[in-house]
Amino acid sequence: MATIGTPDVRTRGLDAAYTPPTAARGDGVVAAYMGITAVVLALLMVFGLLMRASQAGVITIPANRFYQLLTAHGIGMVAISGLGGAGVMWFFLSRYVPLSRTILLANLACFLAGVVLVLGGIFVGGFAAGWTFLFPLPAHSLGVWGPGAAASYLAGVLLVGVGFLLLYLDTGRAIIRTYGSLGRALGWPQAFGKSAASAPPPTVVASTVVTIINVPAIAVGAVILTMSLVNAYAPAFRVNALLAKNLIYFFGHVFINSAIYMGVIGVYEILPAFTGRPWKSTRPFLLAWTATMLMVVAVYPHHLFMDYANPRWANVLGQILSYTSGLPVLAVTAIATLANVYRSGMRWNVTSSLLFASVMGWSVGVIPAIVDGTIAINRVMHNTLWVPGHFHIYLLLGVVAMLFGFMYFLSSLHGGAEGALDRAAFWSYVVGGMAFAVVFLAAGAMSVPRRWAVHLAPWMGLDRLGAAFALVVVAAALVFAASFLRRVRATGG
Amino acid sequence: MEQRIAVLVSTVLGVLLLGVFAAVARSAGRSGSAEEIAAGAARWRRAVLWGLVGVFVPTIAFSLTRTPYPSAGQTAAVVVQATGHQWTWEVAPDTVPARELVEIRVTGADVNHGLGVYDLNDRLITQAQAMPGYTNVIRHTFATPGTYRILCLEYCGLGHHTMVSKLVVSAAR
Repeated sequence: MATIGTPDVRTRGLDAAYTPPTAARGDGVVAAYMGITAVVLALLMVFGLLMRASQAGVITIPANRFYQLLTAHGIGMVAISGLGGAGVMWFFLSRYVPLSRTILLANLACFLAGVVLVLGGIFVGGFAAGWTFLFPLPAHSLGVWGPGAAASYLAGVLLVGVGFLLLYLDTGRAIIRTYGSLGRALGWPQAFGKSAASAPPPTVVASTVVTIINVPAIAVGAVILTMSLVNAYAPAFRVNALLAKNLIYFFGHVFINSAIYMGVIGVYEILPAFTGRPWKSTRPFLLAWTATMLMVVAVYPHHLFMDYANPRWANVLGQILSYTSGLPVLAVTAIATLANVYRSGMRWNVTSSLLFASVMGWSVGVIPAIVDGTIAINRVMHNTLWVPGHFHIYLLLGVVAMLFGFMYFLSSLHGGAEGALDRAAFWSYVVGGMAFAVVFLAAGAMSVPRRWAVHLAPWMGLDRLGAAFALVVVAAALVFAASFLRRVRATGG
Repeated sequence: MEQRIAVLVSTVLGVLLLGVFAAVARSAGRSGSAEEIAAGAARWRRAVLWGLVGVFVPTIAFSLTRTPYPSAGQTAAVVVQATGHQWTWEVAPDTVPARELVEIRVTGADVNHGLGVYDLNDRLITQAQAMPGYTNVIRHTFATPGTYRILCLEYCGLGHHTMVSKLVVSAAR
């Protein structure tokens, strides 16, 4: 197999000893994944900007249209983070295990077909139950949308899930075929035993964790989607509302965390190419990933703290795990990132800057999230704008920065060079994104509720600030997206 | 009070972390021994791990004594039934005494809603989800008489933002 390109280390900041990855069948599909990710991210950010501008009173969006945008923005961001993350994971994992290009394509086909159904349900049928589609709202719109719109949305999400399920079954198959078992791929012989063999590379460890946690998450999501679908046409078929919430938040929490875990593979693989310091699967690294894998599937009750009827032990466990679940991987990754970059003699460019910033965003965003994961504080923060405040830090400045960083890396392998506009976009994105999220946090501290189409006058000052920073972020994201598409197209990638 | 704690903790730790990342980013142009830096990182990792354990254990233990979940043995002076409908609140009685324990039984008649109680300064002071088929019980003592606002805090459809009601807190009996 041939290498993808001959990187120019002087202009791209890559370490002189760096060898670009060998081209794999499927790299073109990965480029398509990332191209779609770039376009959809930019579009969904425009939706976000429109919503903030409307809340600020700068423009007027009717409430029904606002809630449609809200639904599309939410489900779209979850799904596209998954798609982009899958692109990053597949690109690097395919260097270690024999993945199926056909399955990669099948996932993309399911995704695109699902998106058509979802968008049809929302913007044609008027479906606006929020991305969380809490039961029984999909079938209980009070005449705003019909069962057809609900079915289109639910079936679309189900189809997207089927595609991802196929993908993770394939990664599981390929990992087991190469390493013998999932335990070996997690490095358990090295972490818990005395094996002297080399541990699996970080990409394989992270991919194995994502595979293990996402298969049950998607299966559980499919269960509640199917039950909601049946309920849309047969109202007599009812689901316990609390059970439905448990299923939805288990699915949603694990899936979006997996997007971060897939995106961070880009950090593990690409940052060392700049610093010349390889990322190693050390024992703490292996232990951290196993610990996070076990905890992340049990932490979701922190979404249910204000459901007092939920078993108290589950909510207490949710708080304890909120403090501990993400930290092993995050702490190991953050400290290793800092150590990898510290006095490395590296040169910064947009790729390395975005990847470094993504770990910063992930780390910083976890702080207000853990604060909100405290039941006593959640009582006055839950479903205020504090919540989008913290998740926009670790999604916008975390996983999305990872995805854009990977796009710059990918296009540089194909020979594209970045310019001053790209660098300006980086600073605009990081500074504007942080300010945008901090405005959310400030509004949350003022008790402004989330998901309100119309805001009261005292809240609008912060809304206007938020809209202004959103404009900066959207402009930067448009530059990132256009730059990637232009460079990949120009080089025939 | 809780909002202030949240802002203070998030600001201090967030700025500290941003400072660390900025300092490391500035150092990247210089060269150092990778082995020495890796050894230093391992020491930092251990210190951070034990530091977090030292902070988290007492924080979790203390904060779990402050949960809003009702405990047995408390008798409320007044019981309020609060039911969320698309898109209105049904609150009865809508007047309660100050400085006495009030029990608010929260439920949803159709879909999920969220009952958020806002004080006289429009700060959220307590909340519970209003779920169909379940009753979540809030027990709260209102310190100050006045008109408190009730806002919906769980997205419930087109009229979500119009679900605003009130609870009057009268001077103590």
